[in-house]
Amino acid sequence: MSELDLANAPADVRPLPPARPPFSLSKLWRNTGVRRLVILAALAAIWQGAALWQDNPLLFPTFTDTVSAFVEATRSEGMLWSALASLTVLLKGYAIAVALALVLVSGAVAIPVLRDVLQTLTAMFNPLPAIALLPLAMMWLGLGESALLLVLVHAVLWPFALAALSGFDQVPETQRLVGRNYGLRGPAYVAQILLPAALPSILSGLKIGWAFAWRTLIAAELVFGVSSSQGGLGWFIYRNRNELLTDRVFAGLATVILIGLVVEMVLFRVIERRTVVRWGLQR
Amino acid sequence: MAAPALRLEPAPPVLEARRLTLDYATDRGPVRAVEAVDLSVDAGERLVLLGPSGCGKSSILKALAGFLPATSGTILVRGRPVSGPGPDRIVVFQEFDQLLPWKTVRDNVAFPLRVARKVSRAEARDRAEAALARVGLTRALDAFPHALSGGMKQRAAIARALATEPDVLLMDEPFAALDALTRRQLQEDLLALAEELRFTLVFVTHAIDEAVLIGTRLHLLSPHPGRTLAMRDTAHLGLAEVGSAAFEELTREVHTLLFGSTRGHV
Repeated sequence: MSELDLANAPADVRPLPPARPPFSLSKLWRNTGVRRLVILAALAAIWQGAALWQDNPLLFPTFTDTVSAFVEATRSEGMLWSALASLTVLLKGYAIAVALALVLVSGAVAIPVLRDVLQTLTAMFNPLPAIALLPLAMMWLGLGESALLLVLVHAVLWPFALAALSGFDQVPETQRLVGRNYGLRGPAYVAQILLPAALPSILSGLKIGWAFAWRTLIAAELVFGVSSSQGGLGWFIYRNRNELLTDRVFAGLATVILIGLVVEMVLFRVIERRTVVRWGLQR
Repeated sequence: MAAPALRLEPAPPVLEARRLTLDYATDRGPVRAVEAVDLSVDAGERLVLLGPSGCGKSSILKALAGFLPATSGTILVRGRPVSGPGPDRIVVFQEFDQLLPWKTVRDNVAFPLRVARKVSRAEARDRAEAALARVGLTRALDAFPHALSGGMKQRAAIARALATEPDVLLMDEPFAALDALTRRQLQEDLLALAEELRFTLVFVTHAIDEAVLIGTRLHLLSPHPGRTLAMRDTAHLGLAEVGSAAFEELTREVHTLLFGSTRGHV
C-alpha cells in the first residue's frame, strides 16, 4: 500500500556530528551531568576557600569538615536512619494526600457542586503555609506522627488537587468521547481515560507536592522529632545545632538537599521519560 | 422434517432515527440544530449525511452515537431504543487526537476489545494486529500515536473501529483534515474495506464528491435548522465511475439542491 505520508522518522534524529577524537574535552562538556559536576566542584572549592578565610569552624565549617562530619554522622549517629524516618513519614502523608486529592478531584469532575467546593477550598488553603498549621496540629494531636501527617497532607493536598483538576479539565474532548463510546463510566472512565490523559499535569502536581512536603516536614521536625525513638532529619539538625556541632548541621542540610535532588532529578525524571515524554505529551 | 413455520417479520433496520429533533443550549436559550429528521440504515448500507455547515449533520451523528441527547424523537439500533453511547455504534472522529496517546497503535486497537467486548488479552492482541494489517499499518504496531502522520492516525482509528465489529460505524468527516492525496487514498481504502467486510456505515461530510463516492445513499440536509432536503441513491456510483457523466451529473444536481446554483461544484 503506497503511503505518501510515512514521515515516520523520529523528529530527534539529527545528522551525526563529524568524527572526533574519543576523549575530547568539548564533547565531555556537552554532557549535562559532567557540566553539573564541574559546577558543583567549583561551588565546593569556593565554599572551602571562604570557610578557610573566615576561619570560624563554629559558625562556618569547611567543605572537607562537612564531608567528614557527614561520614561520621552516618556511621555513628545514624543520620541516614534519621533521613529514613523522615522519608517514611513523608511517604505516608504524601500517599494519604494524593489519594484524598484524587477522590476529591474525581468527585469535582463528576458533580458540579463538588467542583465549586474544591475550588473554594483550594483557593482558601493554598496560600496558607503548611507549617503555620503546626501549632494547631500539635494542640489537636499532640507531639507525634499524626500532627506531622496533618501538616504534610495539608502541604500536598491543595496544590496537587489544583494541578490534577486542571489536568482533568484539559483532557481533549475527543478522548473523552472515545472513552464514553466504549461504554466506560465512573471509576473505570477516570482510571482508563482521564488519569492517563491528565498525566502531564498530575506529574507536575506530584512534583510540586513533593517539594512542598519535603520542606514542610524538615521545618516541622525542627520543632519536634518524628517520634520518641527515632527523630527525623530536621530533628537531627536541631539537636546538633544545640550542641554547636555546626559541621553536622551542615551535613544534615546537605542530606536534605541530596534527597530532594535525587527524587526530583532521578525519580521524577525517569517516570517522565517512561510516560509523558515517550507518549509525546511533553518534550 | 420441516422446520416449524416462523412468522418472519422484516428485520428492523440496523440504525434508525425517527423524528429526531436536537437543540443546543446557548446563553440566549435553546437553539434548534436539527428538526424532525427521519433516517434508517439497513445492513451493509453506507448512508452519507451531506449538507452545508449549520445543517446539523455532525449533531445528528453525535446524537446517533449517544453523545447528544435528543430533544424529541427516538433512535433505535436493531429495533431497540438507545439513549446513551455504546460500543454497538463506534465513532471515527475527524480529530487526530482520537487515538489515546499513552497506548501504542496496537494497544489502541486492542483497548475497546478489552473494555467493551471483554475479549482475552491474547485474542485482543491478535484481532488488533489483524485489523491493523487490513489498513496497512503492520509496520506501526508498536509506535505511539504521536509518531504517526495524520493519515496513519486516521487509518489506525478506522482499524480500531473495525476491530470492535460494531452494529454500525459512525464517521464524522474522518478525512477532512487530510491533504488531498492522502484523503483520496483513504477514501479508496475505505471503499475496498466496505466491499470486503460489508459493514454498515453512517458517514458525515460536507464534500459532495466524497459523499457520492463513499455512500450508497445520500441524505441531504438544509441548514438552520437542519431538515431533510432530499435523498439520493448512489449505490451505482463508485470508484470506477469517478469522472463519468453519471457521477458528474449527480454531483451537479446535489450541488444545485444544496446551494441553489448550477455554477460549478465543490
